[in-house]
Amino acid sequence: MTEKKRLNPEELAKYFKDEFKTSIKDLKIKEKVAGLQKNKANSIWIKVDSNIFKQVVKHLIDLQYPHLAVTSGNDLGKVIELIYHFTLYYEDRIGEIAINISVELPKSKPEIDSICDLIPGALVTEREKMEFLGVKFKGIPDERRLFVPEDIPKDVYPWRRDETGPNKFYKNLHEVKK
Amino acid sequence: MKQKSTTKTSYHIPIGPIHPALKEPVHFEFEIDGEKIVDVDVKLGHVHRGVEWASRRRNPVQILYLAERICGICSYCHPAAFTLAVEKIADIQVPERAEYLRVIQGELERICSHILWAGVAAHEIGFDTVLYLTWQIRERALDLTEFLTGNRITKGIMMIGGIRRDITPDMIPRIKKDLEHFKKDFETLRHVFLDDKTVKMRSQGAGVLTKDEAMKLCAVGPTGRASGVKKDVRFSESYFAYGDLDIDLITPDVLTGEVNGDVYDRIIQRLLEVKQAIEIIEQAIDKMPSGDILAESKIPKLLAQLKKASGEDIGRHEAPRGEVIHYVKLDGNESPYTWKVRAPTYNNILPWIPMLKGEQIADIPIVAASTDPCMSCTNRVTIVQGSKRYNLNREELHRLCVQKTRRLSK
Repeated sequence: MTEKKRLNPEELAKYFKDEFKTSIKDLKIKEKVAGLQKNKANSIWIKVDSNIFKQVVKHLIDLQYPHLAVTSGNDLGKVIELIYHFTLYYEDRIGEIAINISVELPKSKPEIDSICDLIPGALVTEREKMEFLGVKFKGIPDERRLFVPEDIPKDVYPWRRDETGPNKFYKNLHEVKK
Repeated sequence: MKQKSTTKTSYHIPIGPIHPALKEPVHFEFEIDGEKIVDVDVKLGHVHRGVEWASRRRNPVQILYLAERICGICSYCHPAAFTLAVEKIADIQVPERAEYLRVIQGELERICSHILWAGVAAHEIGFDTVLYLTWQIRERALDLTEFLTGNRITKGIMMIGGIRRDITPDMIPRIKKDLEHFKKDFETLRHVFLDDKTVKMRSQGAGVLTKDEAMKLCAVGPTGRASGVKKDVRFSESYFAYGDLDIDLITPDVLTGEVNGDVYDRIIQRLLEVKQAIEIIEQAIDKMPSGDILAESKIPKLLAQLKKASGEDIGRHEAPRGEVIHYVKLDGNESPYTWKVRAPTYNNILPWIPMLKGEQIADIPIVAASTDPCMSCTNRVTIVQGSKRYNLNREELHRLCVQKTRRLSK
Protein backbone atom coordinates (compact mmCIF):
# COMPACT_ATOMS: atom_id res chain seq x y z
CA MET A 1 0.00 0.00 0.00
CA THR A 2 1.50 3.32 -1.03
CA GLU A 3 1.52 6.16 1.44
CA LYS A 4 -0.79 8.91 0.34
CA LYS A 5 -0.82 12.48 1.48
CA ARG A 6 -2.67 12.94 4.74
CA LEU A 7 -5.72 15.14 4.31
CA ASN A 8 -6.91 17.38 7.10
CA PRO A 9 -10.62 17.36 8.05
CA GLU A 10 -11.47 20.32 5.79
CA GLU A 11 -9.71 18.71 2.83
CA LEU A 12 -11.49 15.44 3.51
CA ALA A 13 -14.83 17.22 3.60
CA LYS A 14 -14.03 18.93 0.28
CA TYR A 15 -12.91 15.61 -1.23
CA PHE A 16 -16.25 13.97 -0.45
CA LYS A 17 -18.26 17.01 -1.55
CA ASP A 18 -16.42 17.15 -4.89
CA GLU A 19 -16.84 13.44 -5.48
CA PHE A 20 -20.48 13.00 -4.55
CA LYS A 21 -21.93 16.54 -4.80
CA THR A 22 -25.69 16.41 -4.14
CA SER A 23 -25.72 12.85 -2.81
CA ILE A 24 -24.21 14.24 0.38
CA LYS A 25 -27.11 15.50 2.44
CA ASP A 26 -25.26 16.95 5.35
CA LEU A 27 -21.67 17.38 6.44
CA LYS A 28 -20.38 18.61 9.78
CA ILE A 29 -16.88 18.86 11.19
CA LYS A 30 -16.67 18.69 14.97
CA GLU A 31 -13.75 19.54 17.21
CA LYS A 32 -13.10 18.88 20.85
CA VAL A 33 -10.12 20.08 22.82
CA ALA A 34 -8.70 18.29 25.85
CA GLY A 35 -5.91 18.56 28.39
CA LEU A 36 -3.58 21.42 29.21
CA GLN A 37 -2.19 21.75 25.70
CA LYS A 38 -5.69 21.93 24.21
CA ASN A 39 -4.95 19.48 21.43
CA LYS A 40 -7.84 18.97 19.08
CA ALA A 41 -9.69 15.76 18.32
CA ASN A 42 -11.48 15.92 14.98
CA SER A 43 -14.51 14.12 13.74
CA ILE A 44 -16.55 14.38 10.57
CA TRP A 45 -20.26 13.56 10.39
CA ILE A 46 -21.59 12.87 6.90
CA LYS A 47 -25.10 11.96 5.86
CA VAL A 48 -25.25 10.29 2.46
CA ASP A 49 -27.78 8.66 0.15
CA SER A 50 -28.02 4.95 0.77
CA ASN A 51 -27.41 4.11 -2.91
CA ILE A 52 -23.94 5.71 -2.93
CA PHE A 53 -22.91 4.49 0.50
CA LYS A 54 -20.76 1.67 -0.82
CA GLN A 55 -19.00 4.08 -3.19
CA VAL A 56 -18.18 6.33 -0.23
CA VAL A 57 -16.61 3.38 1.61
CA LYS A 58 -14.58 2.54 -1.51
CA HIS A 59 -13.30 6.12 -1.60
CA LEU A 60 -12.35 5.86 2.07
CA ILE A 61 -10.37 2.69 1.34
CA ASP A 62 -8.55 4.55 -1.44
CA LEU A 63 -7.35 7.10 1.11
CA GLN A 64 -6.25 4.57 3.71
CA TYR A 65 -7.73 1.25 4.79
CA PRO A 66 -10.10 2.54 7.48
CA HIS A 67 -10.90 0.92 10.78
CA LEU A 68 -14.61 0.22 11.13
CA ALA A 69 -15.42 0.48 14.82
CA VAL A 70 -19.12 -0.33 14.76
CA THR A 71 -22.45 0.59 13.21
CA SER A 72 -25.02 2.32 15.39
CA GLY A 73 -28.69 2.41 14.58
CA ASN A 74 -31.67 4.61 15.39
CA ASP A 75 -35.34 4.08 14.76
CA LEU A 76 -36.48 7.58 13.81
CA GLY A 77 -40.14 6.82 13.11
CA LYS A 78 -40.53 6.60 9.34
CA VAL A 79 -36.87 5.89 8.68
CA ILE A 80 -34.14 3.78 10.16
CA GLU A 81 -30.81 5.52 10.49
CA LEU A 82 -27.56 3.59 10.39
CA ILE A 83 -24.33 5.30 11.41
CA TYR A 84 -21.04 3.69 10.44
CA HIS A 85 -18.17 4.81 12.67
CA PHE A 86 -14.87 4.72 10.81
CA THR A 87 -11.47 6.03 11.82
CA LEU A 88 -8.70 7.13 9.47
CA TYR A 89 -5.03 7.95 10.03
CA TYR A 90 -4.86 6.15 13.36
CA GLU A 91 -1.11 5.64 12.98
CA ASP A 92 -0.42 9.36 13.49
CA ARG A 93 0.10 10.98 16.88
CA ILE A 94 -3.11 12.99 17.53
CA GLY A 95 -3.87 12.72 13.82
CA GLU A 96 -6.79 10.37 13.91
CA ILE A 97 -10.00 11.51 12.24
CA ALA A 98 -13.26 9.82 13.16
CA ILE A 99 -15.56 9.63 10.16
CA ASN A 100 -19.18 8.89 10.95
CA ILE A 101 -21.24 8.14 7.87
CA SER A 102 -24.97 7.95 8.32
CA VAL A 103 -27.58 6.63 5.91
CA GLU A 104 -31.34 6.75 6.23
CA LEU A 105 -33.37 3.79 5.06
CA PRO A 106 -37.17 3.90 4.65
CA LYS A 107 -38.89 1.59 7.09
CA SER A 108 -41.04 0.15 4.31
CA LYS A 109 -37.93 -1.14 2.54
CA PRO A 110 -34.89 -1.06 4.83
CA GLU A 111 -32.24 -2.35 2.44
CA ILE A 112 -28.59 -1.47 1.95
CA ASP A 113 -25.57 -3.09 0.30
CA SER A 114 -23.40 -5.15 2.59
CA ILE A 115 -19.80 -3.95 2.84
CA CYS A 116 -18.45 -7.31 3.99
CA ASP A 117 -16.68 -7.79 0.65
CA LEU A 118 -14.70 -4.58 1.26
CA ILE A 119 -14.26 -4.86 5.03
CA PRO A 120 -14.82 -8.48 6.19
CA GLY A 121 -14.81 -7.31 9.81
CA ALA A 122 -18.18 -5.60 9.24
CA LEU A 123 -19.94 -8.98 9.44
CA VAL A 124 -20.55 -8.94 13.19
CA THR A 125 -22.04 -5.46 13.26
CA GLU A 126 -24.15 -6.04 10.13
CA ARG A 127 -25.61 -9.22 11.57
CA GLU A 128 -26.41 -7.32 14.74
CA LYS A 129 -28.25 -4.56 12.85
CA MET A 130 -30.13 -7.20 10.86
CA GLU A 131 -31.70 -8.76 13.90
CA PHE A 132 -32.04 -5.65 16.07
CA LEU A 133 -33.43 -3.21 13.52
CA GLY A 134 -34.63 -5.45 10.71
CA VAL A 135 -32.30 -3.96 8.11
CA LYS A 136 -31.62 -6.17 5.10
CA PHE A 137 -28.01 -6.25 3.92
CA LYS A 138 -27.76 -7.24 0.28
CA GLY A 139 -24.95 -9.71 -0.30
CA ILE A 140 -24.12 -10.45 3.36
CA PRO A 141 -22.24 -13.78 3.54
CA ASP A 142 -23.89 -14.99 6.76
CA GLU A 143 -27.55 -14.31 7.45
CA ARG A 144 -27.97 -16.09 10.77
CA ARG A 145 -28.83 -14.34 13.99
CA LEU A 146 -25.99 -13.28 16.23
CA PHE A 147 -27.23 -12.18 19.66
CA VAL A 148 -30.99 -12.67 19.59
CA PRO A 149 -32.04 -16.21 20.56
CA GLU A 150 -33.82 -18.36 18.02
CA ASP A 151 -37.07 -18.51 20.01
CA ILE A 152 -37.83 -14.80 19.55
CA PRO A 153 -40.26 -14.41 16.61
CA LYS A 154 -38.73 -13.40 13.27
CA ASP A 155 -40.71 -10.17 12.92
CA VAL A 156 -39.72 -8.66 16.26
CA TYR A 157 -36.79 -6.24 16.26
CA PRO A 158 -35.61 -5.22 19.74
CA TRP A 159 -34.43 -1.70 18.88
CA ARG A 160 -37.55 -0.62 17.00
CA ARG A 161 -39.94 1.75 18.71
CA ASP A 162 -43.16 0.85 16.88
CA GLU A 163 -45.40 -2.22 16.95
CA THR A 164 -42.55 -4.39 15.57
CA GLY A 165 -40.55 -3.57 18.69
CA PRO A 166 -40.24 -5.72 21.80
CA ASN A 167 -43.08 -3.98 23.72
CA LYS A 168 -45.36 -6.98 23.91
CA PHE A 169 -42.62 -9.02 25.57
CA TYR A 170 -42.27 -7.08 28.76
CA LYS A 171 -44.53 -6.30 31.65
CA ASN A 172 -44.29 -3.47 34.11
CA LEU A 173 -44.10 -5.15 37.45
CA HIS A 174 -46.10 -2.43 39.20
CA GLU A 175 -49.00 -3.08 36.80
CA VAL A 176 -49.19 -6.80 37.50
CA LYS A 177 -52.18 -7.68 39.68
CA LYS A 178 -51.50 -9.86 42.66
CA MET B 1 -21.43 -25.62 8.99
CA LYS B 2 -21.14 -27.74 5.88
CA GLN B 3 -19.74 -31.21 6.15
CA LYS B 4 -16.94 -31.67 3.63
CA SER B 5 -17.36 -34.62 1.29
CA THR B 6 -13.85 -36.01 1.65
CA THR B 7 -13.02 -39.61 2.41
CA LYS B 8 -11.64 -38.64 5.81
CA THR B 9 -14.55 -37.53 7.93
CA SER B 10 -14.03 -34.52 10.09
CA TYR B 11 -16.02 -34.19 13.29
CA HIS B 12 -17.48 -31.30 15.22
CA ILE B 13 -16.77 -30.15 18.77
CA PRO B 14 -19.10 -27.63 20.33
CA ILE B 15 -17.37 -25.60 23.04
CA GLY B 16 -19.38 -23.37 25.29
CA PRO B 17 -21.61 -21.45 25.82
CA ILE B 18 -19.68 -21.32 29.07
CA HIS B 19 -16.45 -20.61 27.44
CA PRO B 20 -12.70 -20.22 28.07
CA ALA B 21 -11.92 -16.72 26.95
CA LEU B 22 -14.71 -14.26 27.48
CA LYS B 23 -16.49 -12.44 30.23
CA GLU B 24 -19.65 -13.43 28.40
CA PRO B 25 -20.46 -17.01 27.49
CA VAL B 26 -19.81 -17.77 23.86
CA HIS B 27 -20.43 -20.87 21.84
CA PHE B 28 -17.74 -22.25 19.56
CA GLU B 29 -18.22 -25.01 17.08
CA PHE B 30 -15.01 -26.52 15.84
CA GLU B 31 -14.68 -28.73 12.83
CA ILE B 32 -11.86 -31.11 13.66
CA ASP B 33 -9.79 -33.40 11.48
CA GLY B 34 -7.84 -35.65 13.85
CA GLU B 35 -6.26 -33.17 16.26
CA LYS B 36 -6.33 -30.29 13.79
CA ILE B 37 -8.91 -27.52 13.67
CA VAL B 38 -10.31 -27.13 10.15
CA ASP B 39 -13.03 -24.57 10.71
CA VAL B 40 -14.51 -22.50 13.50
CA ASP B 41 -17.96 -21.05 13.97
CA VAL B 42 -18.86 -18.62 16.75
CA LYS B 43 -22.31 -18.10 18.26
CA LEU B 44 -22.99 -15.25 20.66
CA GLY B 45 -25.73 -13.71 22.70
CA HIS B 46 -26.08 -15.92 25.74
CA VAL B 47 -25.82 -12.99 28.11
CA HIS B 48 -27.28 -10.21 26.01
CA ARG B 49 -28.90 -8.34 28.86
CA GLY B 50 -30.39 -5.48 26.90
CA VAL B 51 -28.27 -2.92 28.76
CA GLU B 52 -28.77 -0.38 25.97
CA TRP B 53 -32.51 -0.82 26.19
CA ALA B 54 -32.39 -0.42 30.00
CA SER B 55 -30.86 3.02 29.48
CA ARG B 56 -34.11 4.31 28.00
CA ARG B 57 -35.52 4.72 31.51
CA ARG B 58 -32.45 6.21 33.15
CA ASN B 59 -30.87 9.64 33.18
CA PRO B 60 -27.23 10.07 32.11
CA VAL B 61 -25.85 10.02 35.66
CA GLN B 62 -27.70 6.80 36.44
CA ILE B 63 -26.38 5.32 33.19
CA LEU B 64 -22.81 5.82 34.44
CA TYR B 65 -23.45 3.20 37.10
CA LEU B 66 -25.27 0.94 34.67
CA ALA B 67 -22.32 1.22 32.26
CA GLU B 68 -19.95 0.26 35.04
CA ARG B 69 -21.75 -3.04 35.39
CA ILE B 70 -21.36 -4.10 31.76
CA CYS B 71 -18.05 -5.73 32.63
CA GLY B 72 -16.28 -6.29 35.90
CA ILE B 73 -12.77 -5.81 34.60
CA CYS B 74 -13.52 -2.81 32.38
CA SER B 75 -15.62 -1.09 35.01
CA TYR B 76 -13.87 2.20 34.34
CA CYS B 77 -13.75 2.16 30.52
CA HIS B 78 -17.47 2.01 29.82
CA PRO B 79 -18.48 4.99 31.97
CA ALA B 80 -15.42 6.80 30.57
CA ALA B 81 -16.52 6.36 26.96
CA PHE B 82 -20.13 7.24 27.80
CA THR B 83 -19.03 10.39 29.65
CA LEU B 84 -16.85 11.49 26.73
CA ALA B 85 -19.80 11.21 24.36
CA VAL B 86 -22.17 13.10 26.67
CA GLU B 87 -19.62 15.84 27.36
CA LYS B 88 -19.16 16.37 23.63
CA ILE B 89 -22.92 16.71 23.07
CA ALA B 90 -23.55 19.06 26.01
CA ASP B 91 -20.27 20.92 25.39
CA ILE B 92 -18.99 20.51 28.93
CA GLN B 93 -15.37 21.58 29.48
CA VAL B 94 -13.74 19.29 32.00
CA PRO B 95 -11.24 20.85 34.47
CA GLU B 96 -7.64 19.94 33.53
CA ARG B 97 -6.89 18.32 36.87
CA ALA B 98 -9.80 15.92 36.36
CA GLU B 99 -8.40 14.97 32.93
CA TYR B 100 -5.14 13.89 34.56
CA LEU B 101 -6.91 12.01 37.35
CA ARG B 102 -8.92 10.18 34.70
CA VAL B 103 -5.69 9.08 32.99
CA ILE B 104 -4.34 7.71 36.28
CA GLN B 105 -7.52 5.68 36.87
CA GLY B 106 -7.51 4.37 33.31
CA GLU B 107 -3.91 3.21 33.46
CA LEU B 108 -4.33 1.61 36.88
CA GLU B 109 -7.18 -0.42 35.43
CA ARG B 110 -4.90 -1.46 32.57
CA ILE B 111 -2.29 -2.76 35.03
CA CYS B 112 -4.94 -4.78 36.92
CA SER B 113 -6.39 -6.22 33.74
CA HIS B 114 -3.13 -7.16 32.03
CA ILE B 115 -1.68 -8.74 35.18
CA LEU B 116 -4.86 -10.76 35.62
CA TRP B 117 -4.57 -11.91 32.02
CA ALA B 118 -0.90 -12.88 32.41
CA GLY B 119 -1.75 -15.09 35.38
CA VAL B 120 -4.62 -16.82 33.65
CA ALA B 121 -2.59 -17.40 30.49
CA ALA B 122 0.15 -18.99 32.61
CA HIS B 123 -2.44 -21.15 34.37
CA GLU B 124 -3.78 -22.38 31.05
CA ILE B 125 -0.43 -23.75 29.99
CA GLY B 126 0.23 -25.22 33.43
CA PHE B 127 2.39 -22.64 35.21
CA ASP B 128 0.42 -22.20 38.37
CA THR B 129 3.34 -20.71 40.28
CA VAL B 130 3.17 -17.75 37.89
CA LEU B 131 -0.56 -17.52 38.49
CA TYR B 132 0.09 -17.05 42.22
CA LEU B 133 2.82 -14.52 41.51
CA THR B 134 0.52 -12.43 39.32
CA TRP B 135 -2.32 -12.67 41.80
CA GLN B 136 0.03 -11.26 44.42
CA ILE B 137 0.85 -8.32 42.14
CA ARG B 138 -2.77 -7.81 41.23
CA GLU B 139 -3.72 -7.75 44.91
CA ARG B 140 -1.40 -4.78 45.36
CA ALA B 141 -2.93 -3.08 42.32
CA LEU B 142 -6.42 -3.66 43.68
CA ASP B 143 -5.40 -2.30 47.07
CA LEU B 144 -4.13 0.81 45.34
CA THR B 145 -7.42 1.07 43.41
CA GLU B 146 -9.29 0.84 46.70
CA PHE B 147 -7.05 3.51 48.20
CA LEU B 148 -7.78 5.87 45.31
CA THR B 149 -11.45 5.18 44.62
CA GLY B 150 -12.83 3.51 47.73
CA ASN B 151 -13.73 0.37 45.80
CA ARG B 152 -11.82 -2.51 44.32
CA ILE B 153 -13.87 -3.52 41.27
CA THR B 154 -16.84 -1.29 40.44
CA LYS B 155 -15.09 1.94 41.18
CA GLY B 156 -17.86 4.52 40.91
CA ILE B 157 -15.26 7.19 40.19
CA MET B 158 -16.45 8.71 36.91
CA MET B 159 -18.79 11.67 36.74
CA ILE B 160 -19.98 13.70 33.79
CA GLY B 161 -17.86 16.85 33.82
CA GLY B 162 -15.03 15.47 35.94
CA ILE B 163 -14.18 12.82 38.46
CA ARG B 164 -15.51 12.11 41.94
CA ARG B 165 -12.35 11.80 44.06
CA ASP B 166 -9.19 13.85 44.11
CA ILE B 167 -5.65 12.65 44.75
CA THR B 168 -4.27 14.80 47.54
CA PRO B 169 -0.50 15.40 48.04
CA ASP B 170 -0.40 13.08 51.06
CA MET B 171 -1.59 10.20 48.88
CA ILE B 172 1.24 10.50 46.36
CA PRO B 173 4.02 8.77 48.39
CA ARG B 174 1.85 5.63 48.69
CA ILE B 175 1.17 5.63 44.91
CA LYS B 176 4.87 6.10 44.13
CA LYS B 177 5.84 3.31 46.50
CA ASP B 178 3.39 0.93 44.82
CA LEU B 179 4.60 1.95 41.36
CA GLU B 180 8.18 1.08 42.39
CA HIS B 181 6.90 -2.35 43.46
CA PHE B 182 5.13 -2.80 40.12
CA LYS B 183 8.36 -1.99 38.29
CA LYS B 184 10.22 -4.71 40.17
CA ASP B 185 7.35 -7.14 39.62
CA PHE B 186 7.32 -6.27 35.96
CA GLU B 187 11.00 -7.27 35.63
CA THR B 188 10.24 -10.60 37.34
CA LEU B 189 7.28 -11.28 35.07
CA ARG B 190 9.26 -10.29 32.01
CA HIS B 191 11.93 -12.79 32.91
CA VAL B 192 9.43 -15.54 33.68
CA PHE B 193 7.46 -15.10 30.48
CA LEU B 194 9.94 -14.01 27.89
CA ASP B 195 13.04 -16.00 28.80
CA ASP B 196 11.30 -19.28 29.53
CA LYS B 197 11.90 -22.04 27.03
CA THR B 198 8.56 -23.77 27.56
CA VAL B 199 6.47 -20.61 27.29
CA LYS B 200 8.24 -19.91 24.01
CA MET B 201 7.55 -23.41 22.73
CA ARG B 202 3.86 -23.18 23.53
CA SER B 203 3.31 -19.67 22.28
CA GLN B 204 5.67 -18.97 19.40
CA GLY B 205 3.99 -19.63 16.08
CA ALA B 206 0.68 -20.49 17.76
CA GLY B 207 -2.52 -18.67 16.88
CA VAL B 208 -1.02 -16.44 14.19
CA LEU B 209 -2.99 -13.40 13.07
CA THR B 210 -1.32 -11.54 10.20
CA LYS B 211 -1.39 -7.75 9.95
CA ASP B 212 -3.56 -7.92 6.85
CA GLU B 213 -6.13 -10.14 8.57
CA ALA B 214 -6.08 -7.98 11.68
CA MET B 215 -6.80 -4.86 9.64
CA LYS B 216 -9.52 -6.44 7.52
CA LEU B 217 -11.26 -8.02 10.50
CA CYS B 218 -11.03 -4.72 12.44
CA ALA B 219 -9.07 -6.17 15.39
CA VAL B 220 -8.50 -3.70 18.21
CA GLY B 221 -6.23 -3.27 21.20
CA PRO B 222 -3.35 -5.58 22.09
CA THR B 223 -4.71 -8.22 19.71
CA GLY B 224 -4.39 -5.85 16.75
CA ARG B 225 -1.17 -4.21 17.90
CA ALA B 226 0.55 -7.58 18.44
CA SER B 227 -0.10 -8.20 14.73
CA GLY B 228 1.40 -4.82 13.84
CA VAL B 229 -1.74 -2.71 13.43
CA LYS B 230 -0.71 0.61 14.93
CA LYS B 231 -3.98 1.59 16.49
CA ASP B 232 -4.16 3.03 19.98
CA VAL B 233 -6.71 5.69 20.85
CA ARG B 234 -4.46 7.08 23.60
CA PHE B 235 -1.81 7.75 20.99
CA SER B 236 -3.87 8.93 18.06
CA GLU B 237 -6.59 11.00 19.65
CA SER B 238 -6.45 13.83 22.14
CA TYR B 239 -8.84 12.96 24.97
CA PHE B 240 -8.49 13.14 28.74
CA ALA B 241 -4.88 14.28 29.26
CA TYR B 242 -3.38 11.74 26.84
CA GLY B 243 -2.68 14.52 24.33
CA ASP B 244 -0.28 16.19 26.80
CA LEU B 245 1.66 13.10 27.80
CA ASP B 246 4.57 11.45 26.13
CA ILE B 247 3.11 8.22 24.78
CA ASP B 248 4.64 5.77 22.33
CA LEU B 249 2.66 3.39 20.22
CA ILE B 250 3.97 0.02 21.29
CA THR B 251 4.11 -3.03 19.02
CA PRO B 252 6.09 -6.20 19.84
CA ASP B 253 8.94 -5.28 17.46
CA VAL B 254 10.09 -2.73 20.05
CA LEU B 255 11.49 -5.70 21.97
CA THR B 256 12.13 -8.43 19.41
CA GLY B 257 12.62 -6.44 16.21
CA GLU B 258 9.88 -8.25 14.33
CA VAL B 259 6.12 -8.74 14.41
CA ASN B 260 4.82 -12.29 14.10
CA GLY B 261 1.29 -11.86 15.41
CA ASP B 262 1.41 -15.09 17.42
CA VAL B 263 0.48 -15.77 21.04
CA TYR B 264 4.04 -14.95 22.14
CA ASP B 265 3.74 -11.50 20.58
CA ARG B 266 0.47 -10.93 22.38
CA ILE B 267 2.21 -11.83 25.68
CA ILE B 268 5.03 -9.37 24.91
CA GLN B 269 2.51 -6.73 23.89
CA ARG B 270 0.56 -6.91 27.15
CA LEU B 271 3.69 -6.98 29.32
CA LEU B 272 5.12 -3.92 27.56
CA GLU B 273 1.82 -2.15 28.06
CA VAL B 274 2.02 -2.78 31.82
CA LYS B 275 5.38 -1.00 31.83
CA GLN B 276 3.95 1.78 29.68
CA ALA B 277 0.98 2.19 32.04
CA ILE B 278 3.33 2.58 35.03
CA GLU B 279 5.27 5.27 33.16
CA ILE B 280 2.09 7.10 32.13
CA ILE B 281 0.85 7.21 35.74
CA GLU B 282 4.22 8.66 36.83
CA GLN B 283 4.07 11.30 34.10
CA ALA B 284 0.48 12.19 34.97
CA ILE B 285 1.33 12.62 38.67
CA ASP B 286 4.26 14.88 37.81
CA LYS B 287 2.42 17.04 35.31
CA MET B 288 -0.93 17.24 37.09
CA PRO B 289 -2.08 20.87 37.54
CA SER B 290 -4.02 22.02 40.58
CA GLY B 291 -7.65 23.06 40.40
CA ASP B 292 -11.19 21.76 40.46
CA ILE B 293 -12.10 18.18 39.71
CA LEU B 294 -15.69 18.75 38.61
CA ALA B 295 -17.15 21.14 36.08
CA GLU B 296 -20.48 21.13 37.93
CA SER B 297 -20.64 19.74 41.42
CA LYS B 298 -24.41 20.01 41.86
CA ILE B 299 -25.95 16.93 40.27
CA PRO B 300 -29.51 18.34 39.78
CA LYS B 301 -28.02 21.34 37.97
CA LEU B 302 -25.92 19.01 35.80
CA LEU B 303 -28.98 16.90 34.97
CA ALA B 304 -30.96 20.02 34.05
CA GLN B 305 -28.14 21.05 31.73
CA LEU B 306 -28.07 17.60 30.12
CA LYS B 307 -31.84 17.63 29.70
CA LYS B 308 -31.54 20.72 27.53
CA ALA B 309 -28.78 19.28 25.39
CA SER B 310 -29.56 17.54 22.15
CA GLY B 311 -27.40 16.00 19.49
CA GLU B 312 -25.35 12.91 18.85
CA ASP B 313 -21.70 12.00 19.35
CA ILE B 314 -19.28 9.22 20.04
CA GLY B 315 -16.91 8.67 22.95
CA ARG B 316 -13.82 6.52 22.53
CA HIS B 317 -11.38 5.26 25.13
CA GLU B 318 -8.57 2.74 24.96
CA ALA B 319 -9.65 0.02 27.36
CA PRO B 320 -7.17 -2.70 28.41
CA ARG B 321 -8.50 -4.93 25.62
CA GLY B 322 -8.77 -2.24 22.96
CA GLU B 323 -10.88 0.63 21.78
CA VAL B 324 -14.26 0.95 23.46
CA ILE B 325 -16.72 3.18 21.63
CA HIS B 326 -20.08 4.50 22.77
CA TYR B 327 -22.57 6.29 20.58
CA VAL B 328 -25.06 8.54 22.39
CA LYS B 329 -27.98 10.52 21.00
CA LEU B 330 -29.70 12.99 23.31
CA ASP B 331 -33.00 14.56 22.24
CA GLY B 332 -33.90 16.91 25.08
CA ASN B 333 -35.51 14.29 27.27
CA GLU B 334 -34.40 12.98 30.60
CA SER B 335 -33.06 9.73 29.12
CA PRO B 336 -30.94 9.43 26.01
CA TYR B 337 -32.71 8.48 22.78
CA THR B 338 -30.05 5.96 21.79
CA TRP B 339 -27.05 4.52 23.55
CA LYS B 340 -24.90 2.06 21.67
CA VAL B 341 -22.06 0.28 23.42
CA ARG B 342 -19.26 -1.42 21.55
CA ALA B 343 -16.79 -3.28 23.74
CA PRO B 344 -13.42 -4.29 22.25
CA THR B 345 -14.16 -8.00 22.28
CA TYR B 346 -16.98 -7.43 19.78
CA ASN B 347 -14.32 -6.69 17.17
CA ASN B 348 -11.94 -9.38 18.37
CA ILE B 349 -14.39 -12.22 17.71
CA LEU B 350 -13.77 -12.61 13.98
CA PRO B 351 -9.95 -12.62 14.37
CA TRP B 352 -10.32 -15.83 16.38
CA ILE B 353 -11.22 -17.72 13.23
CA PRO B 354 -7.88 -17.30 11.39
CA MET B 355 -6.04 -17.70 14.72
CA LEU B 356 -7.62 -21.05 15.56
CA LYS B 357 -7.65 -22.60 12.11
CA GLY B 358 -4.87 -25.16 11.77
CA GLU B 359 -4.18 -25.32 15.51
CA GLN B 360 -4.65 -28.37 17.75
CA ILE B 361 -7.41 -29.00 20.28
CA ALA B 362 -4.90 -28.60 23.12
CA ASP B 363 -4.09 -25.11 21.86
CA ILE B 364 -7.69 -23.85 22.04
CA PRO B 365 -7.46 -22.49 25.62
CA ILE B 366 -4.23 -20.57 25.19
CA VAL B 367 -5.07 -19.22 21.73
CA ALA B 368 -8.56 -18.17 22.77
CA ALA B 369 -7.17 -16.66 25.97
CA SER B 370 -4.55 -14.71 24.08
CA THR B 371 -7.09 -12.17 22.81
CA ASP B 372 -8.79 -11.56 26.10
CA PRO B 373 -7.92 -11.89 29.79
CA CYS B 374 -11.17 -13.37 31.08
CA MET B 375 -10.16 -17.00 30.80
CA SER B 376 -12.87 -18.71 32.77
CA CYS B 377 -14.66 -21.96 32.42
CA THR B 378 -15.20 -24.22 29.47
CA ASN B 379 -17.57 -26.16 31.60
CA ARG B 380 -18.77 -28.49 28.96
CA VAL B 381 -17.38 -29.74 25.71
CA THR B 382 -19.20 -32.47 23.86
CA ILE B 383 -17.31 -34.41 21.26
CA VAL B 384 -19.62 -35.91 18.70
CA GLN B 385 -17.94 -38.61 16.70
CA GLY B 386 -20.21 -40.72 14.54
CA SER B 387 -22.82 -42.20 16.82
CA LYS B 388 -20.52 -42.12 19.84
CA ARG B 389 -20.86 -39.06 22.03
CA TYR B 390 -18.66 -38.31 24.96
CA ASN B 391 -18.12 -35.29 27.10
CA LEU B 392 -14.96 -33.33 27.54
CA ASN B 393 -15.30 -30.92 30.41
CA ARG B 394 -13.36 -27.81 31.17
CA GLU B 395 -10.90 -29.62 33.45
CA GLU B 396 -10.28 -32.22 30.78
CA LEU B 397 -9.52 -29.57 28.16
CA HIS B 398 -7.24 -27.78 30.60
CA ARG B 399 -5.51 -31.11 31.35
CA LEU B 400 -4.91 -31.65 27.62
CA CYS B 401 -3.39 -28.16 27.41
CA VAL B 402 -1.11 -28.77 30.39
CA GLN B 403 -0.11 -32.20 29.06
CA LYS B 404 1.03 -30.66 25.81
CA THR B 405 3.28 -28.29 27.76
CA ARG B 406 4.79 -31.18 29.73
CA ARG B 407 5.26 -33.18 26.55
CA LEU B 408 7.06 -30.32 24.87
CA SER B 409 9.33 -29.58 27.81
CA LYS B 410 10.64 -33.15 28.00
